[in-house]
Amino acid sequence: MTTHSIKWFWFASPHTFYPLAGTIARVSAALAAIFAAAGLYVAFFVAPTDAQQGEVYRIIFIHVPAAWMSMFIYVVMAFWSALGFAMHTRLSAMMARALAPTGALFTFIALWTGSLWGKPTWGTWWVWDARLTSELILLFLYFGFMALQAAIDDRRRADRAGALLAIVGVVNIPIIYYSVQWWNTLHQGASVSFTKAPSMAATMLTGMLLMALAFWMYSIAVALTRLRCEIAEVP
Amino acid sequence: MLAHVITAARTLIWRDLLLALRRRSDIATALLFFIIVSSLFPLGVGAEPNLLRAIAPGVIWVAALLSSMLSLGRLFAGDYADGTLEQLMLGAAPLGVVVAAKSFAHWVVSGLPLVLMAPVIALQYDVAAPLYGVLALSLLLGTPVLSIIGAIGAALTLGLRGGGVLLSLLVLPLYVPVLILGAGAVDMAAAGLSPAGQLELLAAMLIVAAAFAPWAAAAALRISAE
Repeated sequence: MTTHSIKWFWFASPHTFYPLAGTIARVSAALAAIFAAAGLYVAFFVAPTDAQQGEVYRIIFIHVPAAWMSMFIYVVMAFWSALGFAMHTRLSAMMARALAPTGALFTFIALWTGSLWGKPTWGTWWVWDARLTSELILLFLYFGFMALQAAIDDRRRADRAGALLAIVGVVNIPIIYYSVQWWNTLHQGASVSFTKAPSMAATMLTGMLLMALAFWMYSIAVALTRLRCEIAEVP
Repeated sequence: MLAHVITAARTLIWRDLLLALRRRSDIATALLFFIIVSSLFPLGVGAEPNLLRAIAPGVIWVAALLSSMLSLGRLFAGDYADGTLEQLMLGAAPLGVVVAAKSFAHWVVSGLPLVLMAPVIALQYDVAAPLYGVLALSLLLGTPVLSIIGAIGAALTLGLRGGGVLLSLLVLPLYVPVLILGAGAVDMAAAGLSPAGQLELLAAMLIVAAAFAPWAAAAALRISAE
């Protein structure tokens, strides 16, 4: 009888998406809390002590999920930017704008926890490792995106300019990553290898995945809340 | 059609070069900046010849990056202020071609002098003479990429307050691969290895950037000047 299709474009309007965003944000926030509690429990009480690094390795449960999210959010941001650029949907641009601070936050957390982890294990706060360096450049890209949006008063221009920058950035990220990796091998050889001990305990992986889910839910909750503020701000 | 486009591009390049020639101090300022920045490093890190030889490629390349970036603001600003840019956007020539022509003129004015000047700076840093050619070649391939990619940033920040500082934030992260490959080529040659890999990748980047970046910059111009 009635073909029950989901009205995707119904929710493309900021006005109709506003209440739904609130619901999703609340559910995601609750899920984030649950996943984080479970993940931290596994991280601190279940996962075994690392044979080589001792207790200090436990920062991996924050560090790795934050690094994953930092890169993933940029791609999601570029996706919404491209969609907004092509289809002129206001909500997409708002989405990209709402995601940027969370992405920058996770990039910063990844760098910070990495440095906290590096000090006891490698004896230094910072090495010019390929991953660290490209993560740092990713942070600059986030800052550039946010600074450009903040500098433009006209909302429409800010959205479209930011979208273009995000697309240019996402095209450049692989080039930057590989060039940095190449530079790194050229300059100092494999002094520090990030590859973990081959056998990672299953509980460690579980803890990491739980924390990744928690971060994911947190990102959704925070981004959608920020999106609601954006919608409320625009007349 | 194609002939018209080529004529338009040639006219535009000629016009931009002529304008630059009439304001010679602009070219001189960027070049002087390059020389001054490169001269500051020995004062900061000490004049030990081995150290200078080691940092020379990186210093020269970073100075080239900054110098090329400083002059990006002028790429569209003048035409935007006097309305020429709007006319160019309304014109028959595709905007991507317009941007490519203007980027090329920008490179001739701000990049080419650096290529010619770099061996002199290298001399100050006691770089071995056989490396001059590699250094100049890496700059010859790399500085056009800076101008083309920089055009995107210049277009995005057109007419914004504090545009210059913002431009550096947008553009410098995108310059990283060029810096790595350019300085890397000289390092390879200094180590007695073949710099061909780096130079070929730089050439590849130049081709890809020349093909795509002008269209991105054109889209950015439409956003900024609409």
